[in-house]
Amino acid sequence: MAGTKNHDYHILPPDIWPLAGSLSALTFTSGMVLFMHEMANAWLVLGLGIAGLIATFFSWFSNIVKEAQEGYHTPVVQLHLRYGMILFIASEVMFFVGWFWSWFDFALFPSTLSDVVGGQFPPKAIEAVVNPFDLPLLNTLILLCSGTTVTWAHHSLIHGDRDGLKKGLWLTILLGMLFTSIQAYEYMHSPFGFGQNTYGSAFFMATGFHGFHVIVGTIFLIVCLVRAYKGHFTPRQHFGFEAAAWYWHFVDVVWLFLFVVVYVWGGWGAAYH
Amino acid sequence: MATTAEGFDVHTEDHGHHDADHKPGFFARWFMSTNHKDIGTLYLIFSILAGIVGGVISGIMRAELAEPGIQILTSSIPLVGVGPGNMDAALHHWNVLITAHGLIMVFFMVMPAMIGGFGNWFVPIMIGAPDMAFPRMNNISFWLTVAGFTSLMFSMFVPGGPGGLGAATGWTVYAPLSTITGSPGPAVDFAIFALHLAGAASIMGAINFITTIFNMRAPGMTLHKMPLFVWSVLVTAFLLLLALPVLAAAITMLITDRNFGTTFFEPAGGGDPVLYQHLFWFFGHPEVYIMILPGFGIISQIVSTFSRKPVFGYLGMAYAMVAIGVVGFIVWAHHMYTTGLSVDTKMYFTAATMVIAVPTGVKIFSWIATMWGGSLEFKSPMVWALGFIFLFTIGGVTGVVLANGGVDDNLHDTYYVVAHFHYVLSLGAVTAMFAGFYYWFPKMSGRWHSELLAHVHFWIFFVGVNVIFFPMHFLGLDGMPRRIPDYPEAFAYWNGIASMGYAIMAVSVVIFFINIIYALVAGKKAEANYWGEGATTLEWTLSSPPPFHQFETLPVIEAQGHH
Repeated sequence: MAGTKNHDYHILPPDIWPLAGSLSALTFTSGMVLFMHEMANAWLVLGLGIAGLIATFFSWFSNIVKEAQEGYHTPVVQLHLRYGMILFIASEVMFFVGWFWSWFDFALFPSTLSDVVGGQFPPKAIEAVVNPFDLPLLNTLILLCSGTTVTWAHHSLIHGDRDGLKKGLWLTILLGMLFTSIQAYEYMHSPFGFGQNTYGSAFFMATGFHGFHVIVGTIFLIVCLVRAYKGHFTPRQHFGFEAAAWYWHFVDVVWLFLFVVVYVWGGWGAAYH
Repeated sequence: MATTAEGFDVHTEDHGHHDADHKPGFFARWFMSTNHKDIGTLYLIFSILAGIVGGVISGIMRAELAEPGIQILTSSIPLVGVGPGNMDAALHHWNVLITAHGLIMVFFMVMPAMIGGFGNWFVPIMIGAPDMAFPRMNNISFWLTVAGFTSLMFSMFVPGGPGGLGAATGWTVYAPLSTITGSPGPAVDFAIFALHLAGAASIMGAINFITTIFNMRAPGMTLHKMPLFVWSVLVTAFLLLLALPVLAAAITMLITDRNFGTTFFEPAGGGDPVLYQHLFWFFGHPEVYIMILPGFGIISQIVSTFSRKPVFGYLGMAYAMVAIGVVGFIVWAHHMYTTGLSVDTKMYFTAATMVIAVPTGVKIFSWIATMWGGSLEFKSPMVWALGFIFLFTIGGVTGVVLANGGVDDNLHDTYYVVAHFHYVLSLGAVTAMFAGFYYWFPKMSGRWHSELLAHVHFWIFFVGVNVIFFPMHFLGLDGMPRRIPDYPEAFAYWNGIASMGYAIMAVSVVIFFINIIYALVAGKKAEANYWGEGATTLEWTLSSPPPFHQFETLPVIEAQGHH
């Protein structure tokens, strides 16, 4: 029986990318340290690390796509991928729990020791906050809208409408980019700066990490769009698309919490910009 | 399993690596591995190497603490001391040593051995699976752990706090010691990134284990038939998955506070150092269960094997671990009783913490009940397991003492705490690791260690670690603070005894290495089931060592399956 595999699991050949990716990650973090401490060769090391990470991600996911196209993703392997993605999103949720935790700490127990905070939230040093019912509300609508367009794409895919799939994806990606652009505009015209006080720190880090996730989600959707043009995905097997959609919805839900907790509740009572 | 091979062409014919015993070449096998057993072996080797580094550091610490005054830290031996005359640097170096010791032992010794080593080796086999769900991700988990360790090593050679090299923050990396005021140099940044890298590795490992355990159990192996070791790794993986990202957020805040002007933990900007402690311990308390739960699993397998009985109260044992895992998330502030928490908060955390003694008691008593009336055989793994039950119980009861917010006001940051957590870790987790090692070493290597040396190893280790750590209870009750290299004469006696204990323990470790070398060079070949009829889990149905790819035809578990 040696040499014959009587199960549906995916047994993989040896692969160099785990080692290459780890080395790149170490190079990247070391480059970050050099950069933060303004030491020699920071950009070189950082650049090598980022290049290595991009190469790793690209090759790794290309291999997964290739394996999917070659039929290695049996139903049970697809189930693995589903579990993996759900668990990854669960860990991402806990990452945001940390940022919300600090936000609630600062908002509910503003420091009385610090002059820039002065026992109030938003802190004394914050003269005005972003009006939540201005661009943030627009952004909320944009993200909610993108949630429906990605569902449109999904339904089209399931019903064999390739054209609808591409249109839905295009719209979702454009809405995602629009969100990121508006967020960048809002940052540039923000009435308060990055850091210096609890509000500026927690606001920009929480919304910034969300923005980073939006960019990652947009790239994920772009990959799906390219694959759609290449004729990938079938009405029955399209986990790559589903994972991107799940991730997109996760990013969407995080934004809803950010909108309610950070923009509306967190800025309550402060002057709007 | 829900699926069969029907209708799917899985291209077995053009992949020679599917041959059960066809191994890739050296570099491909060990640096590009996608084989759970090889990755498990890599983890075990890495863990032993990291353990040597962490153990040598504790040797330096015990040498310094052997008598009052500063002796070793001002010696001129590189890495051991900073040379005579510079007391500030010497004291800084002390903090670097305790930091490195803690981080190495937690993240690069216990976790890689328990989860990466034994988990990788035996979880797939025990559930009747041919490999892990994500074999490539399994490999990057390992190499990212190595990357994290490397980053931590970098940190020891670059400037840290005022006057010295290395991160001197303690393993908890508390602000403000770890902020730019406390530690201006890049060492703390390297240490933080070490945690990021090791954390990413562990999260991916957790995803891998949960997916594997939920989806790859052999036909007939329901969750309630899984061996308890698999249950323990499942609960551990959930703790990793949900706790580590919060640490990642906390240490990211530290990075931005240090380098980009945020004020999360900076009081001048309204930030709160105690917030760091909340975030850290929300991770940190599940983390201590992450380190001990796989040990619980190992001990359950061993006690059952050498009592020739199924574990007493199997379901209770499984759900006790689930309960420990769940409650472990809502007790974190018992590490923070002296930070100014309100009395009500302390009462809650005291009560919640003591609740954990209930499921832990279920485990201890069920192990004893398993042995009761059993046909006991005192082979080396069993002796180590009995040592575990005894030592972990001591650590557990001092834990109940420390759970009391009022008592902890006196004992916080004393050697009593050091004694407590070394009883559950160095004497608990590490003893369970050695138990697991002797239980499975012939299975993994195909060769027998010397049972005699394994027993000698146990007894010398047992005496050594108790001589090190038991006197620390007295020192702590007498008020000796932790994390100091020098102390008043009054503490000299028991510190001297503890340092002698280190020498005894070190001898036992030498015996351990002699035993491994003996086994690999001259050990006799091990059979498939060398422990006999008490050993009923699936790894005993395979040859020793198992084929490169096991279970190419999945085993079927009968209705009255074993545990």
